[in-house]
Amino acid sequence: MTETATETVLTILQHDFEEIVSAWITTQSDEGVQRTDLFSHKEGREQTSGLMRALISGIENGATGDRFDLSSDAWAELRSVLVEVTQERSSRGVTPSDMASFVLALKAPIFYRLKDKLADFPSQLVEEIWFISRVIDAFAVYCAEVFIAERDRIIEQQRDQMQELSTPVVELWDKVLTLPLIGTMDSARAQEVMENLLETILRREAEVVIVDLTGVQTVDTQVAQHMLRMAAAVRLMGAQCIISGISPTIAQTMVQLGVDVGEVTTRSTIRNGLADALDRVGYAIVKKKDH
Amino acid sequence: MSAASAIYFVEGVLLVAIQEDISDTDILDLQEALSERVVADAARAVVMDISALEIVDTFVGRILAQLAGVSKLLDAQTYVVGMRPAVAMTLVELGMDLSESKTALSLTHALRDLRA
Repeated sequence: MTETATETVLTILQHDFEEIVSAWITTQSDEGVQRTDLFSHKEGREQTSGLMRALISGIENGATGDRFDLSSDAWAELRSVLVEVTQERSSRGVTPSDMASFVLALKAPIFYRLKDKLADFPSQLVEEIWFISRVIDAFAVYCAEVFIAERDRIIEQQRDQMQELSTPVVELWDKVLTLPLIGTMDSARAQEVMENLLETILRREAEVVIVDLTGVQTVDTQVAQHMLRMAAAVRLMGAQCIISGISPTIAQTMVQLGVDVGEVTTRSTIRNGLADALDRVGYAIVKKKDH
Repeated sequence: MSAASAIYFVEGVLLVAIQEDISDTDILDLQEALSERVVADAARAVVMDISALEIVDTFVGRILAQLAGVSKLLDAQTYVVGMRPAVAMTLVELGMDLSESKTALSLTHALRDLRA
């Protein structure tokens, strides 16, 4: 039985290759999932033919009706084509449901041909339809998985980029680094910021670090503690820490919370902080005479 | 006194490079030897290079702090130089800020500071 379950399907796919590809594309456009706004006809046709060829090779490579498994070696080519097509389409903005409809649109042309060929063998007809239907369903599910994996990867990448962007350690001058903090600080971020800062001190042999809080709206005890811990670690490394840009509100909060900054230098603005930092490494900003 | 931490006397300053694999006994020996050398050589400073240390525990942290305290009593300034980021973070987490010691990025920086 396993022979016959794929025999007719395979014959149809091989003999009517171009017709099925055309019918598949027609079905896609009938259902409005062809997305010619994102893809040229040529590209769509190439992808469709590629999928068809991979499907045929998959069936030839030993797919059988009762032991169908998309993760087996026989389907490796089809999987890679699917991944390629899905990634290509998702990067151009095709939605997962359009992608699924695109794959599922292959059913109709094959089913009609099977019906014509096997009109006199209803049980075999059911068998073959059942087989090819499961295969195509599995493709659709697989596409969805690829979609999700791709999206996860993008989210991950963006999160990394955001984290990097939100804690930029900038070399302002020889031996002077600045770390402009923006937004809210939580423990995880504070840890990341500190690691980043200390590594940069080591790499750039920085002697003074200005931690600028101008962009920080509110400070709670935890954040204040993180700041002081960061300053202590910077000192242990052998560099000096200047905290600048403490707003009046934050200053009041810190005093009310009883946070003792100890020996850490604080400056009202990053401008004063920079002047102080340059002074410590032996530079000065001098006004030109004729201005 | 283990060879793992030889003490050099240069320009009135005692230099020690702490080795990566220093043991608890070694560091106790070092503390004793250094204390004696500060007096014997009339050293004005002790510079400890800990750039080889990749991890510290409370014991090592405490000895480093004690060394600074002892040196201070004997009229020598302690410098801890070359601390790695991970070590700095650990010491801060442990609440040890080595406030008795000065710190510097490297031996060169400490010597520059001492000559000034």
